[in-house]
Formats: sequence, structure tokens, C-alpha cells
Amino acid sequence: MKTVARTTCYMCACRCGIKVHLEDGRLRYIEGDRDHPVNRGVLCAKGSAGIMTAISPARLTTPLARVGPRGSGGFRAICWDEAMEIVTRRLAAIRAADPNRLAFFTGRDQSQALTSHFARMFGTMNYAAHGGFCSVNMAAAGLYTAGGAFWEFGEPDWDHARLFLLFGVAEDHDSNPIKLGLGKLKERGAKIISINPVRTGYSAIADEFVAIRPGTDGLLVFALIHCLLQAGEVDTEFLVRYTNAHHLVIDAPSEADHGLIARDGNGRELSFDRNSNSLQEAAATGIDPALAGEFTLPDGRRARPAFELLARRYTRKEYAPEAVAARCGIDAADIRRIAAEIAEVAFNQPVVIQQPWTDTSGRRHATMTGRPVAMHAMRGISAHSNGFHTCRALHVLQMLLGAIDTPGSWRYKSPYPKPIPCGGPPGRSTSPGSPLDGPPLGCPLGPEDLLVDEQGEALRLDRAFSWEAPLAIHGLMHMAIARAFEAGPSGIDTLFLFMANMAWNSAMNPGETTRMLSECDEHGKYRIPFVIVADAFASETVAYADLVLPDTTYLERYDCISLLDRPIGSAHGPADAIRVPVLQPARDVRPFQDVLIELAGRLGLEDFGDAGGQPLYSSYADYIVRHERAPGIGPLAGFRGVDARATAKGSPNADQLERYVENGGYWKHELPPEQLYYKHANRAYLAGAKAMGFIADDSQIVLQLYCETLQRFRLAAEGHGERRPPQRLRARIGEFFDPLPIWYVPLEEALSDRERFPLHAITQRPMAMYHSWGSQNAWLRQILPQNRIYLHRDLAARLAVEDEDWVWVHSRNGKLKCQVRTMTGMNRDTVWTWNAIGKRAGAWALRHGAPEFRRAFLLNHIISEYLPQEGDEARHSNSDPVTGQASWFDVTVAIERCSEDVFAEVAPRLGANPVRLRQDSGVDR
Amino acid sequence: MTMLPKVPPGAKKLGLVIDLDTCVGCHACAVSCKEWNSGGEAGLLPDYDKQGPEPDGVWYNRVHSYEAPEQGCSRTINLPRSCLHCEDALCVTVCPTGASYKRAEDGIVLIDPEICIGCKLCSWACPYGAREFDEEAGVMRKCTLCVDRIYDPNLPEAEREPACVAACPTRARHFGDLADPESGVSKLVAARGGKTLLEELGYRPTNKYLPARTATIKAEPREAAAEARDGVGAALLKLLDRALSR
Repeated sequence: MKTVARTTCYMCACRCGIKVHLEDGRLRYIEGDRDHPVNRGVLCAKGSAGIMTAISPARLTTPLARVGPRGSGGFRAICWDEAMEIVTRRLAAIRAADPNRLAFFTGRDQSQALTSHFARMFGTMNYAAHGGFCSVNMAAAGLYTAGGAFWEFGEPDWDHARLFLLFGVAEDHDSNPIKLGLGKLKERGAKIISINPVRTGYSAIADEFVAIRPGTDGLLVFALIHCLLQAGEVDTEFLVRYTNAHHLVIDAPSEADHGLIARDGNGRELSFDRNSNSLQEAAATGIDPALAGEFTLPDGRRARPAFELLARRYTRKEYAPEAVAARCGIDAADIRRIAAEIAEVAFNQPVVIQQPWTDTSGRRHATMTGRPVAMHAMRGISAHSNGFHTCRALHVLQMLLGAIDTPGSWRYKSPYPKPIPCGGPPGRSTSPGSPLDGPPLGCPLGPEDLLVDEQGEALRLDRAFSWEAPLAIHGLMHMAIARAFEAGPSGIDTLFLFMANMAWNSAMNPGETTRMLSECDEHGKYRIPFVIVADAFASETVAYADLVLPDTTYLERYDCISLLDRPIGSAHGPADAIRVPVLQPARDVRPFQDVLIELAGRLGLEDFGDAGGQPLYSSYADYIVRHERAPGIGPLAGFRGVDARATAKGSPNADQLERYVENGGYWKHELPPEQLYYKHANRAYLAGAKAMGFIADDSQIVLQLYCETLQRFRLAAEGHGERRPPQRLRARIGEFFDPLPIWYVPLEEALSDRERFPLHAITQRPMAMYHSWGSQNAWLRQILPQNRIYLHRDLAARLAVEDEDWVWVHSRNGKLKCQVRTMTGMNRDTVWTWNAIGKRAGAWALRHGAPEFRRAFLLNHIISEYLPQEGDEARHSNSDPVTGQASWFDVTVAIERCSEDVFAEVAPRLGANPVRLRQDSGVDR
Repeated sequence: MTMLPKVPPGAKKLGLVIDLDTCVGCHACAVSCKEWNSGGEAGLLPDYDKQGPEPDGVWYNRVHSYEAPEQGCSRTINLPRSCLHCEDALCVTVCPTGASYKRAEDGIVLIDPEICIGCKLCSWACPYGAREFDEEAGVMRKCTLCVDRIYDPNLPEAEREPACVAACPTRARHFGDLADPESGVSKLVAARGGKTLLEELGYRPTNKYLPARTATIKAEPREAAAEARDGVGAALLKLLDRALSR
């Protein structure tokens, strides 16, 4: 019998719609769903290889309890009752004493609306997903600047852009939507410029490739801004209408509000109106706001428009193309030409759509006019310790061009934009046995929102939201194990990991990380007392678990792609989706979300169970339908209300999942044409978004050219306010919390010996892989079973190295032996490799001798989660000082040719520790 | 020896047009092809050593990436390679059993596994390396242009295209009748100067490749390099003088 089920892919983070064809209950074929809003029928290599993941021999088959030393791979199979009893007892005891002794970290989790709510109700602050490893710089810079962000909360206007600038993106999110979009740009003859140290992935089809030196994108952006400012090619009308460029910034050095926006008695921002020659509310209509000049505030102090501060900074000669060219590795003439092309397209080729709309001031506009310069940026910007500011610089460039949510530019994906920044501050612990007072991840608005103690030191395990990483809105996953190890048994009791390969490719320095996971203190007790791993596959991390909770594959469970979490909406409107079980697992495994909901019920967590330990929900599917985060708002926005007609807001509908299935597994709301652009100031759009519960307030979202929040932290560092950074961090906060974007040498690079380690080393994502999931797949591993270290041909010639030779890659953190490929399309001072191909022997059910562990390697081995020691100070984490983003693109290296007789296998290689079932008992709990 | 068919007037010439200007080398076409033609666990396209040291298997379509020199730097060309369904297919004429054949009605080159003896003459003859030997079944295999999709009446009309075309995320792959000058693919070839691979060998492949092109924007730098200035310049001051309306 042949059947077709429509569900959502999970072979990467795109969340494409798929049609799964079954023959007699067996998987026959997976294809893209032509009706689905994300992928419109196309499907990538990963998605098409889903069959091999669904039948992967690496799937876990039963709950496991550790036997023998941690990390040895010895386990005994246990039943779910025993597993649930172990975890319930352990977590109940933690919660009663100090809920923060549970650290719950999830990986590429698409159910964060659930997992974070679990953490909140449990009462632990120590929760995060993998965003801190991946892209928090993009998210934080976007949310604090534009109320949206590259990738998840925004997309280029593929239908109208004439110039597309792609910063630091090889093959990356949104994988299929970007590819569809590139196809559209090509069809229309739009120009694509790829700015990237390496020409891989999408860059292959760029019309121009700019082989930038890693970590210098911010300087390039400043040079572009310099050129535009000097040429007077700035959309000043856009600036005064939609940004805070005209807001007056108080100029009162050493005073407590220096650098903040001047406000009137009602707290409204002020500007100087050239019509009336007086201070006026900056949001007033009809005024002619000054963008330059010095003005006197009612209290007699001086203030200047934010734009003037910006113009003064970036017109300085140090940002001229000639000044940055050598550092960026780009000819000054090319920078000037690109600036001219941007200006040409933005100002001489505007896109005009004949569509009237009304702005938040009530003005009716006959057309929608835009600047067809679109931008997209990700990994290569994000993974540097200066990435937050670089990403903010990009958003500032967009504002200067009038290229935010205007036709042809970069657009918000609904339900964004949101107020800047959105959401409240991160939640704090209240008392044992109680929930946090807010979600564990939030957006601080100032020092008062930080999670620090009386001494100003971090309350969270990973030090997110402390003075070490104040805007760490996704947490610092890369520090969780290291900090738990540092603290020892008195710190964290249980490390609960879901779908996070934190002992391998999601660790900086896996050798050290696995040592930390398996090392005992002087009493012979593990420094990290208990480790629970929930995963579908026998990853490298499983061997370090005391208890393993086997998850299903993505074709064997319900899921929801929720607007409360990481939406799949587009510029055309909000959307969400579900996964449905297409296959029944013939293994003793359970969907992790079901397990978490049962666990929460057993623990009697608010919103999950009653006081008597009776669970409120029978399963995740039940929770998806009946849970309400706020009245009328649940995990799924579609088909709400008793008649299934309510959009986004409405009472729970018992048939909601059936309705989703009937609709192809997704729901979308098409915005009417008048709401498609200028969403940050579009009255009809904002009113609609408010009605759907996306935003609480439908007033204009003013884009933050000048980021006052950063200045609040800086003022604290200068000694103002109640809450100040510890002395050791004051200079750092003062330097990095600049309200206008800055550029600095990436922190690790600045501390490294550039004579010893003159090269940059970065990784790229292969187009057919998604981290360790891809490289275990029987089809995908045929495409790329081994990564090489790629060297520019000039460098290779200097080192007398040829393709297939073996070299040592040295960093301050160690050395790595690997095999060479040479190429031309890359920055000359950089080496690179594919990420997450290298595997540990014995993991992922790969057999003895597999190239993934014999010849493939992880660059992670030579990257440290800590910066080098400076004096007597405690080492800083290797992170962006603003957001805590793991800075794994900052590493610097040297290449040394291996002697001829070197054994042709990769090094270092950690010993094999495959999961092995043992019959003996004696579980160590 | 196997004869090529006499092509009746008005016969179709089905094939692919692949746009190298748009192909990002993502392997989606290769894997969707593998998937359609394998049927998952049914395993019609063999995989060897799935979890072992030498993972390999039969693929009808593989993507090769290489750098092409370009002024100052280089360009990466991704070349998806599969059977080109040649009009003068040497792989057919060398076949001693008639297993390798070209269809008269639509030009698709196919292999009949029932009479293939696995002699591999055809794979030696094919200059494009489009044929792969199935070690398990002992027969030769190659792209069928998804002949079991494109004529399947149970599929909606829009889905009657090869799996690789349906999957292609940049929509770089086009399928149609290259004998019909009015077809979408023929028009694309005409408009974009579609190329024939190794034309000089004379096998007259049906599939065509559209060459890469470069979009440009004409713009003179607004400010000459020599004029780099420190501080807010006259052009910006003039702009800032202009009245604005908030």
C-alpha cells in the first residue's frame, strides 16, 4: 500500500515541508512539498538523504545506564520506568534544594518554546540552546538595532533586489530559501557580491568575490559608510522618519546620563526642529529635525544628534578605504567601487511599488519606494569576538541607505519586527521549588537586568547576563562544561543535554572537554556529578552520560515549529508548522518532548502537573494543542478557537493537529499588500501584529542607529548607577559597550603571537551536511568522507606543499595533523576546512577504519574555550565580550609540512569508546 | 553492436538544461536522484561499505566542483554530470547484446538489466563517465531521466519531471523537449548560448549547459581616492542642510 504524509524536515534548520512516501509502511521517498511556504517544492541533499538518517545504524535503541568509568562507553540497557525514576528522583532533589544545580542545555533544538519553559518552571537559570555557539551575535545585534535579525527574523527581498551583498555565508541558514532566492536574483540579472575569506557554497555563483581577511568585515563596512558619507549619499529622510538618527545625545562627560538620549519630562526623546528652532519631541510629525549641530537642553547642557556622532566617527581618515585596505586584504579601489555601486543602485535605481500605505504617524503614502540593496550575513560575521559590533555596523549601513524593510532591501520575517529589544529581561531564581520570574533567556536593557550577585559576579553557570557577557541572549553553551568542571561538585549537580554533541563538534577543544566530563575530584567523585544525555543517535557525547534517554528520529514524532520559538514566517506573513509521526519506531525509544512533559508532570512543575504529581498533558501532541502561554496564545497559531477560524489568538481547538494535517502540516497567514513593507512603521501591519498577539504595542518601532542600551552599561563601568562591573571588568565594558559600532582586532588574535601564528583558520559548512548528523549519513558520507585543510596556492608554494601532502596545523592550543588541498579562491592569509566531518572512532556506528576518524579532523581540537592568560587574572572565555558568542573564527595558526615518513593519519585521535551493552549490573548513580 | 533507432519525424528529444550560472554545487540533484532511484531500503542503487572505510555506491548524477581562472582571482564552477542522452550514443552502438538502447520516441538512453552482461564496453565508450557499474547486480546503470516519473499518469502533471529537477534548490535544472524550438528548454538554450559538452567528439548530447555570466553595475566612484578626507565633507554638509520632513 502506498501512502504519502506531509510533515517537516529536520535534516537541518530550514524546516522545509516534505512529502514522505511510504510503501507498505516502509520509507520509499522524501520530496519537497510544492505547497510549502519555506521551500516551495525544492529539497536539498540533506533532506533527500533523510531516509538514510531514519534507518541509520547509529540510532540508539533503548535507555541506558552507565556501567564502568564515565567515557568508557559501557552501559546496561534499562527500561523506561527505571530511567524515568532515576531522572525524576534526581531532579526532584535538586529542585527542592537549589534548582540552579540543574544545567539544561539543548542543541539544535527546534522545541525551545518547550525546553525553555521547562527550565523556567523547574526554576533553573542554567538553560540555553546552541545559539551562543552559532549566531547570537547576529540575533543580538539585530534585535537591539532593528527589532529583527539576519536569517531567522529577516530575509532579502529576492523579488526586487538589484544588488545583493552576502557577508560571511557559505552554505548556511536559511539554506533552501537562500538558494531559491539566489536563483531569482540570477534570473533577474541582479549583481551578487560575496564577501568571504573563502569561495565555497553560494559564493560560487557570486558575480564578485571579495576574499576578505577573517574578522575585518566591520572595517570594510565602515569604509563603505565612509565613502557614502563623504559623497553625501545617505537617505536622510529615512533616517529621521524611521531611526533615532535625529535623537539628541546628551554631551555631559562624567555625568551619569552622558551619552544617553535627551528626554522631556514625560520621558519622550527630543530632537531639534529646524522649522521652529526649538527642541521638539523626536517622534513628532511635521518637524524638520536637525541631523547635525550642537543644541542646548532645557537644563542648559549640550546635546548633539546621534547622526552627527556617527558622521564624525566614520568620516575619519582611519576608515577611508585606503586606511583599511591592507588590513582587510581588499584593494581600496574595489572598496570605493563597491560603495559607488551601492549608492548607484540605492539612489539612482529605486524600486517603486504602486501600493498605498499608511505610516504610524497617519500619513498616507501613494507608493512604496525602496532601495534595492539587500544584505545577508551569518557565520563569518557571527563567529568572531567583534561580531556583535560588525553586525550592528551592517544594520547601520542598511539604515543609512534606507534599506530596511523597503522594496528591494532586507525585510522582516513576520512575526518580526518586534520592539527593540523584544521580550523582558532574563528570569531569576526566586526560591527552591519555584519557577523563575521570567524566561531563562531574555534581553537585558541595562545593568539592572543582569544576573549577578552583590559582588557583580555571575549567577549563571555559563556567566551569561553577567558583566563578562551582558547581552548573552542565547547563553554560552561552549562554556557550560568548562564552568561546571571549574565549580566542581558544589556547583552543578546534573548536566542534562538534549541533542547537543557537546563532547565533540559542539565543543571547543573536545580533548579537554571530554577530560572534564570524566575527571574525578580528590574524593574520587566526578567533578560534574551526573550527566544525562537525550539524543536519537550514538554521538560522541553519549559515552559521557550516566543516563541516556533515547530519542526518536524526526519522522517518528510530533513537533511544532512555533511562533513562540523560532518561526518559519516570511516577509509575506507569519507561518508555523508541525511534524507528525510517519513511522513507528521498532526500538525502545520515546520522543524527547514526550519524556520532558512527563518528567515535568512527575515533578509537579507549574504549567505541566498538579501539586499531587499528576501530569497535565499526556504527550507533546496534547501539550501543543492545549497549552496556553498567555490567554489565547499557544504553541501553534493556526486553526485556533472552537471553530478553528481564529488566527494566532484564540481558545485551544481540540482538532487543531488534524486541521494542520489537512492543511499539509503548516499554517500561514498572507499579509495584504499594504502591509508588506515598512513594517516597523506601517500602521496596518503593526495593528494586525498586535491583534495576533505578536506585539503588545502597535506604536512605531524606531530603528536604533545609536544603541542607548550599550551606553547604559558603559556608564556603569564609568562608575555611575547602583550596579557596576567588578573592577577587573570595567575597562573591558567601557571599551566594548560603545553605542555606535566599533571595530577591534578579534580578541584571541590580539592576544596571540602573530609571528608564530600568522594565519587565520576558519571552517565552512559543506552544502550537503548539517554538522555531525550529515557526516554519519550513508549517502552523504559518500560525497564527503574526509575534509582537508585548504591552503591558498601561493601559501602552499611558499611552504612547498602540494595537494594530499600532510601538514601540522599549530595553534597556541595544540597541533593537528591533516591533509592538504590547495585552491585560489580564498584569502591569502587564511586556511580553512569543512566543519564536523571528523568523528571519534567508535561513535555514530561507523566501522573500524572509517575515513571520518582516520583521515578527517575537527579544527575544534586547536581552538580553546578560554582566551590566553593575561597576568594574574582569571582567563576570559573565548567569546564576544558583548554577547558571549563563541569566537571560533578567531583562531590563528601556523602550517608546517610533515616529514615524508609521517604516518598518514590524522592527529590527535582520541581512543575509541563506542557504546557497548554489558550485562553486569552495578550502575553508578 | 546495437543500432541507434530511426528517429520518426516529430519525435521528442527529452533532456536537461543545466544552468552553470546558478548551480551552487549543493548536491541536492545527486541525492534526490539517488533517493528516487534507490527507493530507500529497497536498495535498487547499491551502496557499498555504508558504515565502513570506503563508502561508495552507484550514483546516476555526481557534482564536480572546480576553480576556473578569472582575472585577479578565480571562479568556482559546479558541474553536475549525468547521462547526456546523446543522439549518436557510442555507449549504445558498442553494446554487444542490445541492453543499452536509445528510445525512438523521446531519445532517452536506457539499459535493459535483463540482457546486460556487465561487459562494461559502454562505460569505456562514454566520454562523459555517465555510467556506473552495479557490483551487486553485475549490470551497468545510468540516468533514466526518471522515465518512471515523467510518464507516470498517477503523478500530477507538474510533478512529471526528473527528481533532480524537482529538487534543485536554485532551480538551475530544466527539463523538456529539446527537439521543439518553442519549448522552454530550447528557448533557454537559444537565449543563453547553451553549450554542448565535448562537442568536438561528435556524439551530439541532448543535455545542454548554460554558461556562467557576470552581472555588473555601472558606477563611477563618487569620490576619487586622492581626495580621501578626514571629517565631514562638503557633500554631506550640503545634504544635511536640506530641509527634512519627519
